[in-house]
Amino acid sequence: MQAAIVNRLFLGGIGAGLLSFAVLAAFPAEAYLAFVSNEKSNSVSVVDTDKMTTIKTIPTGQRPRGIAASKDGALVYVALGDDDTISIIDTKALRVVGELPSGEDPEQFVISPNGKTLYVANENDAAVTVIDLATRGAIGRISVGVEPEGMAVSPDSATLICTSETTSMAHFIDAASHQVVANLLLPSRPRFSAYKSDGSELWATSEIGGVLSIIDPAAHKIKETVSFEIPGVRRELIQPVGVNLTKDGKLGFISLGPANRVAVVDGRTHNVLKYLLVGQRVWHGEFTPDEKYLVVANGLTNDVSFIDVAALKVVKSVQVGELPWGVAILPQ
Amino acid sequence: MKTAASAERGFTLAQYLTCLIGIVRREALRFLHQRERFISALVRPLVWLFIFAAGFRQTLGVSIIPPYETYVLYEVYIAPGLIAMIQLFNGMQSSLTMVYDRETGGIRTLLVSPFPRAWLLASKLLAGTLVSILQVYAFLLIAWFWDIEAPPVGYFLIIPALLVSGMMLGSLGMLISSVIRQLENFAGVMNFVIFPMFFASSALYPLWRIKESSLPLYDICQVNPFTHATELIRFALYGQIDWAALAIVVAFGFLFMTGAILAYDPARGLLPRRGQAAG
Repeated sequence: MQAAIVNRLFLGGIGAGLLSFAVLAAFPAEAYLAFVSNEKSNSVSVVDTDKMTTIKTIPTGQRPRGIAASKDGALVYVALGDDDTISIIDTKALRVVGELPSGEDPEQFVISPNGKTLYVANENDAAVTVIDLATRGAIGRISVGVEPEGMAVSPDSATLICTSETTSMAHFIDAASHQVVANLLLPSRPRFSAYKSDGSELWATSEIGGVLSIIDPAAHKIKETVSFEIPGVRRELIQPVGVNLTKDGKLGFISLGPANRVAVVDGRTHNVLKYLLVGQRVWHGEFTPDEKYLVVANGLTNDVSFIDVAALKVVKSVQVGELPWGVAILPQ
Repeated sequence: MKTAASAERGFTLAQYLTCLIGIVRREALRFLHQRERFISALVRPLVWLFIFAAGFRQTLGVSIIPPYETYVLYEVYIAPGLIAMIQLFNGMQSSLTMVYDRETGGIRTLLVSPFPRAWLLASKLLAGTLVSILQVYAFLLIAWFWDIEAPPVGYFLIIPALLVSGMMLGSLGMLISSVIRQLENFAGVMNFVIFPMFFASSALYPLWRIKESSLPLYDICQVNPFTHATELIRFALYGQIDWAALAIVVAFGFLFMTGAILAYDPARGLLPRRGQAAG
């Protein structure tokens, strides 16, 4: 009798195991390509997000950092800080096919939601260069604070946000007139900002301040400040940088730099839900288009970590080039 | 082999099973009646997990080593080592009961049974191992609430790994019990067997880290069967089989068990001599 029960439990266990394998096999994850800029090895690693392996390394110019894909997925742009240009990578041929006139020391850039304009921060020049993607020519230059870096555009493409690290400000720029319409003082060394997809909130990280500011973009005011605390991690190591918000605005993922964690923040309550352990000095990341995974670049461990967005778990870390900085993902 | 033995001694397979079930039931009953033993078996690894691991979380840091596919917190790393520790203590505790049984005469009752001695001892080992598996699952359940989660398949694959490692550690305990004369000597086992085996292994630190700090210590860890039991359990918990660890654990298990069977053999073992000395 007892033996029969044990047998049944054992067989049941094996059955459940086989079933989970069958389910996994029946619904493979969508395959996308992730392009990772490697600041030190002067290259872009191409990672297959389904197989979770690096499939190619594309050599680029000096110091690639900011990276983003064109709206149609045909091209990937990567800012080359020491070459004062933005390289254009053909995503089918997987090689550099052209460049954009970025101005001096381009670090981070953003493409407007309508896909027509690219705004790039010129870190050493206290300026933002505006580039028309159709003509591949610079159409404007906007003076901002010292060491501009974080770039964001409102979902309606009307407002451009630039955060400047040394001035510790978020500059609200009218996208049509290229005029700064408002400046907002932020906690020390703001690095990056991102809009919620409905445009109701702007989330901005402060690296030295160690906080995330939730900004009302219409009123140009901070409405809430989120701080982070990780047991066993010194406070000064918690340096928020990258921000990724899900399309439904329910979850925000904040990369905490040398704390080696990504904080998961509730989009509504702004409470920190979880800290996910990733590689060292986690910087910027990007969701796969289906939002199944968030892929984040770990600068000092030379890899990217795949975060399962539904399970809020880190599933795998994949080796890329040296000093990975940012990620752009597009359909394969 | 079994059939030949059964024919020779006149026992059927069913009778062998009856003997096995009898011994397992006795061990299970003893375990169920000793709630403190169950609780202490659980508290020991949990103290390591909640206090020791929490304190060392940041200082140690763990890079990606197989079977892990990403970075893991220290408490996730030491969980398989703590599982092996549960089995190590359980194996030694079973050996303690052998000494106790011998003192109270229980072991003689067992050993005068007409079944082959090897079968009796193996049954006793299996009974002890099954008890340790219950303890391990209780630990895994608590660890799960502490965010130490393995893939679902790992919770099944760990059973054969636990059986092999439990039998190996149990037979080591049995071998040791054959040379312990009194219950009080068990403190020596703690000092000279349990602690060195636990600390000089991959249970608390990855081997690459030990290699960085001391090469001789790394070599000691490599020959320590507890290291391989820990790695066997670690890989199984993550749905993989570490064949090298499996081979080493099986080999050590065979060695210790042969030693224990010989030690408990009245014709040439240590038991009668010690019995006579005591008597």
